[in-house]
Amino acid sequence: MTTSASPAPAVEAPTREHALSLLRSMVRVRRFEEKCAEQYAAGKIRGFLHLCIGEEAIAAGVMGLLAPGDAIVSTYREHGHALARGLSMDAVMAEMFGKLEGCSHGRGGSMHLFDVSRRFYGGNAIVAGGIPLALGLALADKVGGRPGVTACLFGDGAVAEGEFHESMNLAALWKLPVLFVCENNGYAMGTALARHQSQTNLAMKAQGYAMEATRVDGMDVLEVEAATRHALAHVRSGAGPWLLEFVTYRFRAHSAYDAERYRTKGEVTEWRKRDPIALFCHRAVEQGWLAADDLTLLEREADDEIAAAVAFAEAGTLEPTADLARHVYAEGSP
Amino acid sequence: MTQGVAPARKTTYREAVRAALREALQRDPRVLLMGEEVGAYGGSYACSLGLLEEFGPDRVRDTPLSESAFVGMGIGAAMGGLRPIVEIMTVNFSLLALDQLLNNAATLRHMSGGQVGVPLVVRMATGAGKQVAAQHSHSLENFYAHIPGLKVLAPATLEDARGMLWTALEDPDPVILFEHTMLYGLEGELAADAGPVPIDRAAVRRPGKDVTLVAYGGTVGKAMDAARALAEQRVDAEVIDLRTLRPLDDATLLASVAKTHRAVVVDEGWRTGGLAGEICARLAERAFYDLDAPLARVCTAEVPIPYAKHLEDAALPQVEGIVQAALGAVARHG
Repeated sequence: MTTSASPAPAVEAPTREHALSLLRSMVRVRRFEEKCAEQYAAGKIRGFLHLCIGEEAIAAGVMGLLAPGDAIVSTYREHGHALARGLSMDAVMAEMFGKLEGCSHGRGGSMHLFDVSRRFYGGNAIVAGGIPLALGLALADKVGGRPGVTACLFGDGAVAEGEFHESMNLAALWKLPVLFVCENNGYAMGTALARHQSQTNLAMKAQGYAMEATRVDGMDVLEVEAATRHALAHVRSGAGPWLLEFVTYRFRAHSAYDAERYRTKGEVTEWRKRDPIALFCHRAVEQGWLAADDLTLLEREADDEIAAAVAFAEAGTLEPTADLARHVYAEGSP
Repeated sequence: MTQGVAPARKTTYREAVRAALREALQRDPRVLLMGEEVGAYGGSYACSLGLLEEFGPDRVRDTPLSESAFVGMGIGAAMGGLRPIVEIMTVNFSLLALDQLLNNAATLRHMSGGQVGVPLVVRMATGAGKQVAAQHSHSLENFYAHIPGLKVLAPATLEDARGMLWTALEDPDPVILFEHTMLYGLEGELAADAGPVPIDRAAVRRPGKDVTLVAYGGTVGKAMDAARALAEQRVDAEVIDLRTLRPLDDATLLASVAKTHRAVVVDEGWRTGGLAGEICARLAERAFYDLDAPLARVCTAEVPIPYAKHLEDAALPQVEGIVQAALGAVARHG
C-alpha cells in the first residue's frame, strides 16, 4: 500500500506463539461482537451498538504493542480496542447490559467503556471529541517525565472536524507523545470518504502539520503491527507524534442496524474477501506459523469466555436509582 | 480560608488575579497556565504579565488560537494528573470549546462511573462596557451554569479575584471562573496576606431590610451603587453577591428574602432563559409566602451588544434601572 511521508517498515515472520496471540486477539473481538449483535436483537443490549467487525486487525495489532503505562483514547466503536487492551469480557458485556458490574458501572454503555487502571480513557462518542484529550494525557506524561505514549484512535469521519486539525497542529508543535491512529473504513456513518474529503489519502494531511505519517493496509495484522512498532518507537523517543492511517472496512452496519443504502452489496462482498482473520489464518497456515485447527480451537476458547461473560452480565445488579446523582461531582464535594 | 490580619495594600483586581496565578504556580508544580496570549503578550488583560519570565515556557504556555484543542488538552492534562489553568480570552470565544467543556469536562466522571476526574480550572473574561461590540461583549455565564458537573464562579471583589483560584484548583472537578472585563481596573485595598476563600456560598455585601438586590460579577458594583442611591430615599437594600453561579447558594437567598420580602435580580445576561429567571423561579418555589411584591429582573436588553456608547449603555443593566425596580417593589404592600 502507498505510504506518504515514511516508507512502510518490513514485516517479519511471527513466532507460533506470537501468531497465536494475534489470531486470538482478533477472534475474541469478532466472536464477542457477533454475540453482542445477538444480544442486541434479543433486547438485552439497547442504545447504539457500533461493531468493528472487519476492523479487528487494528485493535489486535496496535493494542498489543502498547505498554501498561501508555494511555488510550478511543471512539464509540471501541469494543475491540477495549478487549485487546485487556478489559475483561465480563466487564464490557455487563456494561452493555447496563449493570453496576460494567466497566463504567452501567453509566456509559457500548460507546463509553472506561478502565482507568488500564489507562483506557473511554470511548468518546463526539466525533473527534477525544482527540484533544489525548493531547492532554500526552502532555501530562511529557511534563511528568514519564515514558508513556497516548494512542488516539478515530475514524475517517473525524478528519473533517476542526478538532482534528487543531490537535494535529498542536501535537506536532509541542512534540507531544501521541500516536494518532486513524481507522479509515471508508465511511463517515453513511458518507463515503470521497464525498466528504478533498484529499482522500488521509496520511497526507499530516504533511501540512510537519508530522510523520504512514498509510497502511489495515486488513493485514502484520502490516498493522510493523507500522505501529515503527511509529511507536519514534513517538516514544520524544521525536513527536505520528499519524497512522489504516485502510480498513466495516462489514456490518454503522450502528446495530442500518439499511446500508449508501453502499452496494458487491462492495461489501469484495471487502469480505480481505477479511483480516481469514487473510491472516490462510497465510499463517500456508507459512507454517500456525496449524490448520488452531482457528477452531481459538474460536471455542473465545466462545467459552463469551458465554461466561453473558452469564456474568445477566447475573449483574442494577444500580439503585437513588444513586442517580452519584459521580456528577467527586464524592464528598459540596 | 482565613482573611489576613496583615496591613491592607492598595491593589487592583488585575493584580489580585496575577497574584493568585503566581501563588498557584509557586505552590504546586502540577499547575500550568495555558491559553491565548498568556505568555509573551502577558495576557490579553495583562493578568499574567511577567509570569512567563518568572516560571518559564513549560509552565506558562502560549497556545494557538484553537480553543477546542487547548481546552480539551487541559481536560486531558487534568485527567493525567496535572492541575491546568486554561485561559480563554473571552466567553464569546469559549463557544468554540463548549463541546469539550460540556461533553467531556462535565461528563466524564459520571459517564465513567466515577473513574475519571477532571480537576481543571478555566478562566475567561466576560461582559460588556468597553465598546467592543457584539462578538466581544456578551455575558454567557448561564450557558455554563446550566451544566451539571461544572462549578461556575464569578469573582466580583479583590478578595475573590485573589482567593477563588486556589480553592478552585483544589477542587476535584472542573471549575470555570468568569472575570468581568470592567472589573480588571477595579482599585481597592486587600490584606497583604489575603488567601483562599470558599467557593460554595453567596455573600451579603450590604445588609438591609427593605429589598434584596441579587447580583454577580460585573453587576455587584452597580447593585451597591443602587443601594446607596436607595438609602438616600430611605430604602434599606440588602445586596447579595452570588459569587458561585453553580451550585447556587439557595440558603443565603432564602434567608435574605425571608427578611426583606422583596427581591430584584440583576443580571448582565439576557432575560430569556437566563440566570435571573432561574433565581426568580427558586424564590417563587421556596419563598412564595415570604414575598410581599412580585419578583423583578433587571437584565440586558435582548439585543446583540452594540458598539456605540449610548446604545451599549442602554442595553446593559444600569444603576437607575435597578433603583427603579427596587422602588417599584417596595411601593407594593403585601
